[in-house]
Amino acid sequence: MTQALEGIRVVELGGYAAGPVVGKYLGNFGADVIRIESHKRLDGFRSQYPPFKDNQPGLERAGIFNYFNDGKRSITLNLKHERGLDLARQLIAKSDVVVENFTPGTLQRLGLGYAQLSELNACLVMLSTCNQGQTGPRATQSGFGSQLTSLSGFTRLLGEPDRSPVLLYGPYIDYIAVGFGTIGVLAALVQRKRTGRGVHIDLSQYEAGVQFLAPAMLDYFVNRRIAGRQGNRHPSAVPHGVFACRGEDSWCAFSVWSDAEWRAFAGVVGDWADDERFATVLGRKAHEAEIEARVSDWTRSLSREEVVQKLRGAGLRAAPVNSMADLFADPQLAGTWRPVDHPVLGRTHVLPPPYELAGTPARVTTPAPLLGEHTDEVLRDVLGLERGEIEALQTDGALD
Amino acid sequence: MGLLDGLRVLDLADALGASCGRILADLGADVVKIEPPGGEVARREPPFAHDIPDVDRSLTWFASNLGKRGVTLDLATATGWALFLRLVEGADVVISTGEGTLRGPKGAAAPFEIPRQDADAAAVGQELVGYETLAAVNARVIFVSVSAFGGDGPMAGVLASDLEITAASGCLWLAGEAGRTPVRTSVPQTPAWTGMYAAAGVLTAVLARELTGVGQHVDVSAQVGMLTAISQAPIFWDLLGEEQYRSGPFLVGRSVTGAQFRNIWPCREGYVCFALYGGQAGRDSGRALVAWMNEVLPDGAPAFLQQLDWDQFEVATAPQSMVDQIEAGLAPFIAGLSKAEFFSGVTARNILGYPLSSIDDMAADQQLACRGFWQPVGTSWDGETCVPGTFAVFDGVRPPIRHGAPRVGEHNLEILCGELGLTTEELTTLRSAGVV
Repeated sequence: MTQALEGIRVVELGGYAAGPVVGKYLGNFGADVIRIESHKRLDGFRSQYPPFKDNQPGLERAGIFNYFNDGKRSITLNLKHERGLDLARQLIAKSDVVVENFTPGTLQRLGLGYAQLSELNACLVMLSTCNQGQTGPRATQSGFGSQLTSLSGFTRLLGEPDRSPVLLYGPYIDYIAVGFGTIGVLAALVQRKRTGRGVHIDLSQYEAGVQFLAPAMLDYFVNRRIAGRQGNRHPSAVPHGVFACRGEDSWCAFSVWSDAEWRAFAGVVGDWADDERFATVLGRKAHEAEIEARVSDWTRSLSREEVVQKLRGAGLRAAPVNSMADLFADPQLAGTWRPVDHPVLGRTHVLPPPYELAGTPARVTTPAPLLGEHTDEVLRDVLGLERGEIEALQTDGALD
Repeated sequence: MGLLDGLRVLDLADALGASCGRILADLGADVVKIEPPGGEVARREPPFAHDIPDVDRSLTWFASNLGKRGVTLDLATATGWALFLRLVEGADVVISTGEGTLRGPKGAAAPFEIPRQDADAAAVGQELVGYETLAAVNARVIFVSVSAFGGDGPMAGVLASDLEITAASGCLWLAGEAGRTPVRTSVPQTPAWTGMYAAAGVLTAVLARELTGVGQHVDVSAQVGMLTAISQAPIFWDLLGEEQYRSGPFLVGRSVTGAQFRNIWPCREGYVCFALYGGQAGRDSGRALVAWMNEVLPDGAPAFLQQLDWDQFEVATAPQSMVDQIEAGLAPFIAGLSKAEFFSGVTARNILGYPLSSIDDMAADQQLACRGFWQPVGTSWDGETCVPGTFAVFDGVRPPIRHGAPRVGEHNLEILCGELGLTTEELTTLRSAGVV
């Protein structure tokens, strides 16, 4: 069966999430994705972050690397070595796309900047994704997504209104940048089909994040209003929130949006909800705290599953607050988790790209590559090197 | 010339998928928003321009419908449906209506099966229409359905707003203070994730079509989209049977010892974001922060921080006691800085931290302004406003947004008459009959 991106070769330079997950999504749809890595400078996700197999840190024991790098090949090249650099250039000359997430200037200093690479390959599509963009006064500032998410405004918008802000889990903004980076590469490939030209894509992860706060930016530019934390409330829906159910740390989220929905809700929660004061949306807003307290008493008497079932049965919006364990038990996600067998980790599960194509579906086939696992194969099959040449390069340190 | 020049998109998405069309329009596609006569329900979403509720003043709607042209059609009528199908003949992409479904008048799906039973549609004499119906009109069309839980499985068609999708995705579980109620971001995030991934799906299918010659059905689940936002949290369960928990201002999931690391710190008049890191960047950052303290504090940094061997510091294995001690040494210094002092300090010294920006901070940020990120567009209420521009720069140029979001039916004349050949008399008749 045809794969959407078959025949496209991607070279990946970089680490962590913002570049590599773009490569993963391209690879899952059939592109040949080759990571250029080095023993001298490991991708932080290969070695620094748990969970590790059996909770023991070590190279090739990191679940996070496998989660974001399935389906790729890995070669090791020493880019500070003249021959290593030359091999990288040769590989890129035979590729369609380069994805990199180094600090601006890093690749140019190595001789692998877009200006240099496009001389080798006039129709190269290159995605450069970094914290704040390739240009501007703070372009070269180092940073990680777990802090950039705060620069981009998200952290101020999360938490209870009268308490300190709290964090979104992980480097939230990195995955926004992954989505937009993928779009950028795909759009560039569409353009290239039409014009034959490549392009350099300069993606600022900060700017990508701000896209997700566009309504708040407009409220500021037009109304001079500065968005803040709202807990879980909503301007018109009441109740709209997260309620503790019977048991420990067991929660349900639900919302009631109209008078008709409120009547259905009243049918589920009991007579107290027939109170005239609550019959209209303005009335419910005026008595929101009282309603929330009553609702909370009701949910605490029931299991999370009972609450969801009763509310959905009445045609209302409700969902359990799923834990990580719940995500693997959720029947709706059964087909989403794709099994993959890794030589060290054993059986693991990864996500396919979160957009399903019925005619040319994504595939999750091989686990993340071991470091340098495909060096010989790629040098031989893609660059046409002989066994002897490869051994000489190895001895010389070009393949470290 | 835009990257997606010549790509023709019919956008019937509701709030959950609207940003897909915006993103495609940013990149040069010709995106036609098709709404029911009078405008779609999502135009009721506050905030409104100058707090005046009006169909053309929803700022949330405006933000995700930039660059589109707009027509109105009642797809429940035979004429409205027929006009829609004529538009499909010339379209590359159709993005679905609310809850991932496309509804036509009764009989519209024939001879194909309707995708699933929908009581709401049946109640108003409509039925769901699937990909095959559109493909029969145009084999090259790419049909994108966007919904809370996806088009298949036990939850297909189940209603959910941003709150419930966030709950179902695992994202809500992981945000909030330890021991207190989980919380969600006050600006709804699921429409943004879903629209973005739908655009990636569209473009993947456009490339596939180059090889296969035909379109296909692209399905996007908001729950799965939001699941990508929680990074590696699920695999603690998958690999180790270990749950992850919300932890307020602390980073978790970085250490085999279970140690947590402060990431939100009070500063003089607000908060900043900083965390200890290992690796080369982390060690340089830690050293630079201690050097800063030595420069500024009368007695320098606490002795143990000056003596700390950063080369031995590993986030994955450092015990909580050591993390707590280092953080206790840093906290008073950070607390004494203003947000601006912290920001200029970390920038100049390459320390791994950023302030917690508020919306007005970002509006005034030189880094964004320098890169031409804010783009002015025309509005129907009051001249121009700035909006976040196209998401990336291509060969040094940020593709300009051609115009603001459409008024209700703004391009009916241009498209229904100018492109489909209706006369103005016909358009007037259809308008008065509520078809347009």
